[in-house]
Amino acid sequence: MNGVSAIPLEHALILSGILFSLGLLGILLRRNILFVLMSIEVMMNGAALAFVAAGSRWGAADGQIMFILILTLAAAEASVGLALVLQIYRRFNTLDTDAASEMKG
Amino acid sequence: MEIAFYLAAAVAVISTMMSVTNPNPVHALLYLIVSLLAVAMVFFSIGAPFAGILEIIVYAGAIMVLFVFVVMMLNLGRATIEQEKRWLRWQAWIGPSALSLVLLFELVRVLHPIGGDKHMVGYGTIGAREVGMALFGPYLLAVELASMLLLAALVAAFHLGRHED
Amino acid sequence: MNILFLVFLFPLLGFLILAFGRGKIPEKLAAVIGVGSIGLSALVAAIVGAQFLQHPPADGAYVEPLWTWMQVGGFAPQFALRLDGLSLTMMGVITGVGFLIHLFASWYMRRDEGYGRFFSYMNLFVASMLFLVLGDNLLFLYFGWEGVGLCSYLLIGFWYQDPANGAAARKAFIVTRVGDTFMAIGLFLLFQTLGTLNIQEILQLAPQAFHPGSLTVTAIALLLLGGAVGKSAQLPLQTWLPDAMAGPTPVSALIHAATMVTAGVYLIARTHTLFELAPFAQEMVGLVGAVTLLLAGFTALVQTDIKRVLAYSTMSQIGYMFLALGAGAWSAAVFHLMTHAFFKALLFLASGAVILACHHEQDIRKMGGLRKKIPLAFWSFVVGGSALAAVPYLTAGFFSKDEILWQAYAGGHIGLFWAGLLGAFLTSLYTFRLIFTVFFGEAKTDAHAGHGVSYWLPLSVLLVLSTFVGGMIHPPLANVLPANPAEEGGSEQHLVEALSGFVAICGIAIAGWRFFGQPRLLQWLEGTGLAKLLSRYWYSAFGFDWLYDRLFVKPFLWLVRINSKDVFDQIIGCIPVVLVSFNKATALSQSGRLRWYTASVAFGAVLIIAAVVVYQ
Repeated sequence: MNGVSAIPLEHALILSGILFSLGLLGILLRRNILFVLMSIEVMMNGAALAFVAAGSRWGAADGQIMFILILTLAAAEASVGLALVLQIYRRFNTLDTDAASEMKG
Repeated sequence: MEIAFYLAAAVAVISTMMSVTNPNPVHALLYLIVSLLAVAMVFFSIGAPFAGILEIIVYAGAIMVLFVFVVMMLNLGRATIEQEKRWLRWQAWIGPSALSLVLLFELVRVLHPIGGDKHMVGYGTIGAREVGMALFGPYLLAVELASMLLLAALVAAFHLGRHED
Repeated sequence: MNILFLVFLFPLLGFLILAFGRGKIPEKLAAVIGVGSIGLSALVAAIVGAQFLQHPPADGAYVEPLWTWMQVGGFAPQFALRLDGLSLTMMGVITGVGFLIHLFASWYMRRDEGYGRFFSYMNLFVASMLFLVLGDNLLFLYFGWEGVGLCSYLLIGFWYQDPANGAAARKAFIVTRVGDTFMAIGLFLLFQTLGTLNIQEILQLAPQAFHPGSLTVTAIALLLLGGAVGKSAQLPLQTWLPDAMAGPTPVSALIHAATMVTAGVYLIARTHTLFELAPFAQEMVGLVGAVTLLLAGFTALVQTDIKRVLAYSTMSQIGYMFLALGAGAWSAAVFHLMTHAFFKALLFLASGAVILACHHEQDIRKMGGLRKKIPLAFWSFVVGGSALAAVPYLTAGFFSKDEILWQAYAGGHIGLFWAGLLGAFLTSLYTFRLIFTVFFGEAKTDAHAGHGVSYWLPLSVLLVLSTFVGGMIHPPLANVLPANPAEEGGSEQHLVEALSGFVAICGIAIAGWRFFGQPRLLQWLEGTGLAKLLSRYWYSAFGFDWLYDRLFVKPFLWLVRINSKDVFDQIIGCIPVVLVSFNKATALSQSGRLRWYTASVAFGAVLIIAAVVVYQ
């Protein structure tokens, strides 16, 4: 990193927006719960990118701190989510989110 | 470094798109890993090497391995791919893509005013040292909270992962 | 001096080893680890104490910072140990008496299936108690405070197969928790007004920050008193202590007589400046002590369970300490705390020996004539009981109790003085009633004495310490606590001494007269209806359990029972009827399908951002 590169902040933010929207697309589109979890990871990654970019804009470390916290959140979410995936597969023998619709009103 | 940024951004967008739409879980995961590596490259290019390293090690490394393991344990074969293809009919695309596009449009629109005067990123590098100082200085409480979150996740995963008696 | 941290490290290590090796460590080894860790701790305490006394630090205290717990904003609690005269005294009592009790327990608990578990809890208790007395800030102290509460709970319910023991443990835990909550609020208030929880800083800042008698400092002192009252089983939170006797007898000796229950006295002595600034709170301390002392004394007169008699006497002796604190005689209170630890531990251990000798019989009416069969326990009871009754000049209890009475008298607290004197009479009466009933008269059980070094050594050492030898040990409190309000010596003090000695002898004489002489007068007195009523009333400890049951437990259970049928639900039952129709409508959106929910969340987000875009 020679540090003389200069990228407009909004380009980085637009990239994070694109990633976020793609993640949303994935969640809405897929019925397989595994893909839904992956899409959530994509969304969180996009949000994290926005933090890092903003931190970089101000030359502060805080953005990366937020990134680390999001990373923690993602790890916790993935472990619990995947454990749930295993349980759902064991119980319904499918990964279809619509199969686990016992909470309907 | 601008080249690196735009290149990596393009790779990230394309591979994410592939990941989200691919019917094969393993392929989708691999695309997702590529996307994460590309985002790591983006981090490097905007002067956040520590975040980039963590993205590779923790995200692409640890969390994705967790996904791979689950895919292996579920043993998703050809039947799953066929089913995914059935689910991904063109009718299913309309609503989600419309909503996502509107959201993207709005996000870009909200960002627009910043374009008035150029704010650049990537002038300087914020290394592991600065991040570490901040993390264990003013953000110490956040670290403690994060550790509690991880502990809770550990307990929850342990509990949920048990076979029922 | 820098080995001070080893004092609590050894018990902590002992706890960890025993806790993780549960079921795998044989009984002998568990005893070696459990008793040895406290032994090493006592050794370190003795070395540190000797160094401290030979080369006293310039400002009267030695501080060993271990690490900073965390640093968030201006809040940076230090993990530091502070050794001064007060904590040295407490440390000596905890490790010294604690070691003897552990040694005795290794005999008492033999062939119990929870042997290792017992010693792991005991070690954890000692470590927590050392945290409590050595910590140099109130947060650290509170940490130890809760730790000893936990161990107390675990050990009262040690024989958990009997539901009654579990209930006793829960009662102790919940009642002391009430006090702890008061204390926590007091600490919050203290931190809010002074911005620190370091004890020394508080003691320095308080006189500048508070007007004497101002509302804030009075509130803080009263809240701290609330915590002390809960932990030390004083009125009105005293009901848990008698039930706490459900635990093994060494536990009663260590936790519910010698150390933990005196933590309240320690807390008030530690924060004495706050109480000096709040005269009303200090008066309340004295009042609480005096009333508890008398109530517990009357109750102890009619109890029939050997351990409950001792429990009520503990309560009453702590009442003396509170009385001394209320009279401003800080060091007299701590002195009595120390001597009380000696003789009360002795009495409890001896009662443990009696109970084992009589095959787990605790009812004194079924004992008798044990004098010949278990002589060591008998002599322990005689010496410990004399110390408790403050027999003049021969016993440790006399020196400390007499000092309290003299300070109360000379400081102008005449009410407290008379209460203390009446209490002294009651004390010697119930103590010797117990001794005569258990050890004299005709034998009703076949008892056999214990043997082994872990049986006679702790009893003998404590027996010596309960005589005037223990009264010679003067805690080095000059730099820590303000001097006693009144001078020593003078003819007036001799008068007080003579009076309290006379009262003690009187009590013994009446107990003896009642037991040996079959006097008509007393029989007639006991036969009247009033006396029967009173004794029933006293037997139930002035009905506090009944009162609290009616005041708190029953109403709570009543509320719960009522609410289990959802009273409010039935009252406002018409609203649900209206809402059901809405519910039916909105239930359509509750499709149970994840993507539907996500889409609605995303749609909402899109709308909100659109509003931002349009109106910016």
